[in-house]
Amino acid sequence: MSDETDADAVDVRGRIDRLLDGDATLVLAVLGAIYLAYVLAGVAFGYGLRGQLNSIANLTFYIGVFGMLALALNLHWGYTGLFNIGIVGFMGIGVYVTALVSKPPVAQGGAAQVGGFGLPLGVGVVAGVVVAALFGLLVALPALRLRADYLAIVTVAFSEIVRFTMMSRTFQSYTVPDTIDLTVAGVQLFSFDPAADTVGLGGGGGLILNYPDPLEALLRTLFLWEPYLGFVGFVQRTLISNNPKPVIDGLVYGLLLLVGVGLFYLLLSRVGKSPFGRVLKAIREDEDVANALGKDTDRFKLTAFVLGSALMGLGGILWYSSRGSITPPSFRPNITFFIWIALIIGGAGSNTGSFLGGAIFAGLLYEGPRYMKNLIETAFELGDAPGNFGTAVAPMASLDPVPFVLYTLDSVSQLRLVIMGVVLVWLMHNRPEGLLGHRKETASSVDLSRPGGRDANDAAAADGGEKR
Amino acid sequence: MNISETYVRYRRSLGEEPLAIGVVLVALWMAWTLVSGLATGGIRVSSLASLVWDGLLRGLIIGLAGIGLSMTYSILNFANFAHGDYLTSGAFAGMATSYLIAGIGENSVGALLLVGAGGSVFGGAIGIGVTTSPVAVALGAIVAGASTIALALAIDRFVYKPIRDESGIALLITSIGVAFALRYLIQFVFGAGVRGTTAAGSVPRVNVPALDGTFRITAHDVSLIVVAGGLMLGVHLLLQRTKLGKAMRAMSDNEDLARITGIPTEQVIRTTWIVGAGLTGVAGYMFVLWKGTLGFNDGWLLLLLVFAAVILGGIGSIYGAIGGGIVIGLTASVSVIWIPSEFGRAAAFMVMIVILLFKPSGIFSGRTTA
Amino acid sequence: MSESDDTTADGSASTDEPLEDTPTENGSEPVEDGSPSDVGSTNENSTDESPETPAGDSMTIEDGSMTPEGGSPEDADVPTGSTPLEVEGLRKTFGGIVAVDDVSFDVEAGTLTGLIGPNGAGKSTTFNLITGMLEPDAGTVRFNGEEITGLEPHEIANQGLARTFQIARELEEMTVLENMMLAPKGQIGESLWRSVMPITREAVREQETEQLDRVWEVLEFFEIDHLADEYAGNLSGGQRKLLEMARALLTDPDMLLLDEPFAGVNPSLEKRLLEHIHELREEGYTFLIVEHDMDLIMNNCERVIVMHQGRVLKDGTPAEIKESEEVIEAYLGGEV
Repeated sequence: MSDETDADAVDVRGRIDRLLDGDATLVLAVLGAIYLAYVLAGVAFGYGLRGQLNSIANLTFYIGVFGMLALALNLHWGYTGLFNIGIVGFMGIGVYVTALVSKPPVAQGGAAQVGGFGLPLGVGVVAGVVVAALFGLLVALPALRLRADYLAIVTVAFSEIVRFTMMSRTFQSYTVPDTIDLTVAGVQLFSFDPAADTVGLGGGGGLILNYPDPLEALLRTLFLWEPYLGFVGFVQRTLISNNPKPVIDGLVYGLLLLVGVGLFYLLLSRVGKSPFGRVLKAIREDEDVANALGKDTDRFKLTAFVLGSALMGLGGILWYSSRGSITPPSFRPNITFFIWIALIIGGAGSNTGSFLGGAIFAGLLYEGPRYMKNLIETAFELGDAPGNFGTAVAPMASLDPVPFVLYTLDSVSQLRLVIMGVVLVWLMHNRPEGLLGHRKETASSVDLSRPGGRDANDAAAADGGEKR
Repeated sequence: MNISETYVRYRRSLGEEPLAIGVVLVALWMAWTLVSGLATGGIRVSSLASLVWDGLLRGLIIGLAGIGLSMTYSILNFANFAHGDYLTSGAFAGMATSYLIAGIGENSVGALLLVGAGGSVFGGAIGIGVTTSPVAVALGAIVAGASTIALALAIDRFVYKPIRDESGIALLITSIGVAFALRYLIQFVFGAGVRGTTAAGSVPRVNVPALDGTFRITAHDVSLIVVAGGLMLGVHLLLQRTKLGKAMRAMSDNEDLARITGIPTEQVIRTTWIVGAGLTGVAGYMFVLWKGTLGFNDGWLLLLLVFAAVILGGIGSIYGAIGGGIVIGLTASVSVIWIPSEFGRAAAFMVMIVILLFKPSGIFSGRTTA
Repeated sequence: MSESDDTTADGSASTDEPLEDTPTENGSEPVEDGSPSDVGSTNENSTDESPETPAGDSMTIEDGSMTPEGGSPEDADVPTGSTPLEVEGLRKTFGGIVAVDDVSFDVEAGTLTGLIGPNGAGKSTTFNLITGMLEPDAGTVRFNGEEITGLEPHEIANQGLARTFQIARELEEMTVLENMMLAPKGQIGESLWRSVMPITREAVREQETEQLDRVWEVLEFFEIDHLADEYAGNLSGGQRKLLEMARALLTDPDMLLLDEPFAGVNPSLEKRLLEHIHELREEGYTFLIVEHDMDLIMNNCERVIVMHQGRVLKDGTPAEIKESEEVIEAYLGGEV
């Protein structure tokens, strides 16, 4: 074996690595391509400015949430090898707790809607994240000792239990006493006058999120609310005369989500590029080896699972808390499935890949079909779609495909899932490591190249072993 | 060796005692509540009997579907998350057949084949039921089994076979893709609505006396017992009497041996799918006939209970799957005595989780399920 | 700290010994070339800089000795002739089959002890019982005077008893460097918050930089430094064995248990591996090696323990083992 070819190979590989290391370039290129495709398609189908901005805001929103959640899942699966398919459970816990804490109280005997504790939204968000983390601990303590496939079954069962609880009549509504006293042995330890009158999970009807708009709350806290309104007024005078605020709100919220993704990325790449992340990777590869090298693997798995669960809770909060209401059907395992596909597209094990996977999934598979449907419906005057598959297919006999096309367009929300399923199967056949999954993202806080930069090839000459 | 090492270490570090004490305390509390409830009349014997009967039937369906899942889990070594949607496919195919036979002439063929998508035909109107349309039901059950076999073999050929050598986890993830594609394809074709499938009012029934009241047994209950019992007996004979059955049994009974003898032959795999999918399809059909409604999500909603049964019974054990199914069915039904009825299924999941923690090899088998 | 044990071993089995200790020392010269001076200085600096590092001393190299681990076994304060590992009455059954039956032996400090026996004799099970991978049904294991029976594998490893696996278990999707960086004990960056918080992360980086020097030294010592950026999964069987031993050394052990370190290793690499082992033993490390190549053990170990059907059949010097009729019978009559 010649050392020169060996060295050359290393050099070429190094160059490729460096190229790929231009993560920022790669991310910007992918995002740019997705946005460009949306804008061009919008122009081609004759979308107006408002429609364009709306679709961009929508796209950004989903890139943001899927990016975040794929990053969080990457900590579980990509780094630690923990097969969590109960993601949506943690998301639901996060947003339900936020709602409970921050919804304003309602008067007793009033509307059927349940109220909350009326605390500031920031408190609600923190509470949601903390409770999601606590549930992560609750699941992890017993379940982390299980084989991967058993952990999968346990986590998905957990997320379904969470959903049953949301729907349950038992937890629908509680009346909160006017004062809560804690008296031990005749001594009053504390007396608390809760603001809430009724609290609960709202049952099958879900919860109306009638707290202040999250964006407004954030901007007010930052004393940016007045300038923001000024900006909205400016846009109204110059660009969009008819009520531009919802459009701008959407765009700004999307941007904030992207900032959130950046923070997730920063945190998780720090976690990954550290001795802690190195142990996680070792656990993924072979837990017994990590244990034999003196690492208390249970502790590492627990920490990673709890952190990931907290981030999933946060992801759920950011996704749903800006919606007007939340209902239990939103928290079906479908969401978990979406996030898994996003991660597998990007490549488990790579943080950059996770975000890219989230963005590509959001742009092409999640929003893409719906966007196309909207575009086509805007561009062409289409009649009503047939009510069922039968009436859609029947005219095919007389060579009239229009009803079938209309039915297909109308069912695009479901067909998306068929496409996603097929894509997942295709990926597992052809590229299970995803776009960037096999890339080396070295788990270390420092550059591991030889200190002092001595030439590696001197020592290589002495090698007697052969390569496989 | 490695797996058993890990397993032993986990068992050891589990800190089983506090959890075990908790389980025992819960069991004591449940027993007390039940006994005192029955004694004081808070729980009626007849309603308990009704719950047990319901749980038993539910358990038969879970067990029947569980045999297939258990077999593929142990022989192909992966948890097939698409199994629930095989069940749904069987139910739709079978019901379409029954609708067609029972309703032909008075309704459009399309509407019948789509199982009345969008409310075009109603099962009650065309009199679906084991007594009102016995031929339609019998053929429906056969078609349900046959079409599910065809579906499972086709999916195996194009999806699982090319990645047979991959890890169980890769196959599991792939099966999730299959599950969603199948489920939403079914929704695309048959619609999202949950439809009534039987002429529920005209199903014969008897009221069985039980101390303080009665509980009801319908003709569909009986037909479920007959079909499920017959098929389970058939599987038993297949495994005990035929050469192929013995090979399969050996393979799922002793994985080490299977590993030594190499990857199971394609013939055994095919037989596994045929038996497993056939039972699953029929289970889906009987489930829908029994409960009287059909929706595209039915199989998925049942899947976790089927998993619970298979894990309870020990993966690879056919008798375990049947026993586990009955235990899980009873748990889901009878648990409403102690907890709100919305949490029946949650209780079954909890039983599964507890089994996974304490005896991952299942309660009906002594060997480890590595 | 070369002990008297050497001479007894050499004396008894020197005739057919292919590798002696003296040529071994010469064999490691490539390592000496680049490293001693600058390595010594970096390490002095770094230990001063991070006094809070619990593993600081594990990274020190007191003298420019040819093996990078000169420091560690000397720290262990084990007097020559003592027995760091004492196994007493170990027993383990699997489903009614007795795999290990009343096994007792000691291993003396600074020696190379071989554990041999036909397949199924219970050698690997014994290893797993000692290192906590399995829990014994009965018996005790003491290490450096402390009882370690029933401890978790990581606790045992942290007491200074490192092991390798029969089939080299590399962390395949991690590079050789990552594999190596994983091993050192007392890494402050293994705490999540210290790795993430900006203030403490600086200390983590410092410690990793220090650690890196040692990692490269050990890689050079085992002559696999040219593979540093490879995925461990791409290494050949022999290279994996080297990596695994290098990694075990970085946990700063007093004693190493090697499970068939020569299985699947080509002859030239086997020779090198043996040289490394002899060198390390000279440095004061204690070795217990499972192997079923009888000649290899006979020629290299001071003491040999023969297991057969779960029991210790014979325990003595290679010369004694060779003359033992029981052993000959077990090997000829048994399932070799």
